[in-house]
Amino acid sequence: MTPVRISIAAAIGAALLLLIILELIRGRRLKERYALLWLVTGVALLVLALWRGGLNTIAGWLGVGTYPPAILFAAAIMFVIAVLLHYSTVLSTLTDDNVLLAQEVALLRARIDVLEADATPTRKNPAATARRAG
Amino acid sequence: MTSIVAVVPAFDEEAAIGAVVEEIRAVDPLIDVVVVDDGSTDGTADVARAAGAAVVRLPFNLGIGAAVQTGFRYALEHGYDVAVRLDGDGQHDATELPKLLIPLGRGEADVVTGSRFRGGDDAYRPPLGRRLGITWFARLVSILSGQKVTDTTSGFQALNRDAIALFARDYPSDYPEVEATVLLLKHRLRLVEVPVRMREREHGSSSITLLRSIYYAIKVTLALLVAMARRSAVPSEGSPR
Repeated sequence: MTPVRISIAAAIGAALLLLIILELIRGRRLKERYALLWLVTGVALLVLALWRGGLNTIAGWLGVGTYPPAILFAAAIMFVIAVLLHYSTVLSTLTDDNVLLAQEVALLRARIDVLEADATPTRKNPAATARRAG
Repeated sequence: MTSIVAVVPAFDEEAAIGAVVEEIRAVDPLIDVVVVDDGSTDGTADVARAAGAAVVRLPFNLGIGAAVQTGFRYALEHGYDVAVRLDGDGQHDATELPKLLIPLGRGEADVVTGSRFRGGDDAYRPPLGRRLGITWFARLVSILSGQKVTDTTSGFQALNRDAIALFARDYPSDYPEVEATVLLLKHRLRLVEVPVRMREREHGSSSITLLRSIYYAIKVTLALLVAMARRSAVPSEGSPR
């Protein structure tokens, strides 16, 4: 059986996690699309912590009926792995975007260099200035 | 008249870059030179500009693959017919450049690679570790692509518009040449190798030391298999065009 104290501690931990996540979303410091996975994690852990009979049953299925809290740890680790994997995909996208932006900036700056080099000597030339204005 | 641009990636090469640019211009003054300064902390950009090159300065170091790709994007944006890639350290001999242009001019190839091993360069004897690596990748790429390739690590390449468009869109990152070879063959572009001489590096040391070449071999082999297994060779999302 799951010791009651572990259930209480886990429930408090999960509730705290949920509170922090909600607070971060409210303060716009966590985008909803990244928060979703965290919310699912928090809710799942809270359910597993409070639903003691369920935890015992699942532990029995998986052959760790003598120590059901192992299921809590296993679930927590699984969700952490899921979140990390999600971050890796986000990071990969960000890296690609970052490279694209840097390239774009460099190419645009090269164009500006050319434009400025062209513009400087013709500033005294009224025809060119008129053309540019027109 | 075909317009040609030489793409020269350079990272902290102020000692070599001037000579590289001047040499290309000496071979053919009609070839435009664009130096892609990959976030150098020295005077690479100024030296290159003084030597008569256009300079594209990346705001920070992106690595060789992304730097070369920047050059190809430059070539694409400015509508060049042909882009030639030479390294900024001077190891590629610009006087060999016309050899690379011949198969392109005849329309026989989309990409021409200067190979150190296709009977051209008897003097080129890289250290054992690197020779093994080069042979390994040549075999692997030949098997994967079904075309005999002798030098997959050579960055001395000439590209026509189709190849420029492909590489501007999608180019591998860290040690790009091997993967790029697979990529272009996967896109059914025609690759031709011509024998060239290459020089010892004029300044600095090669970025590939023995320990790193082992890491390199493993990493690139994985990347190759991933490249072959990728659903689409060209990412549709986030592509510049």
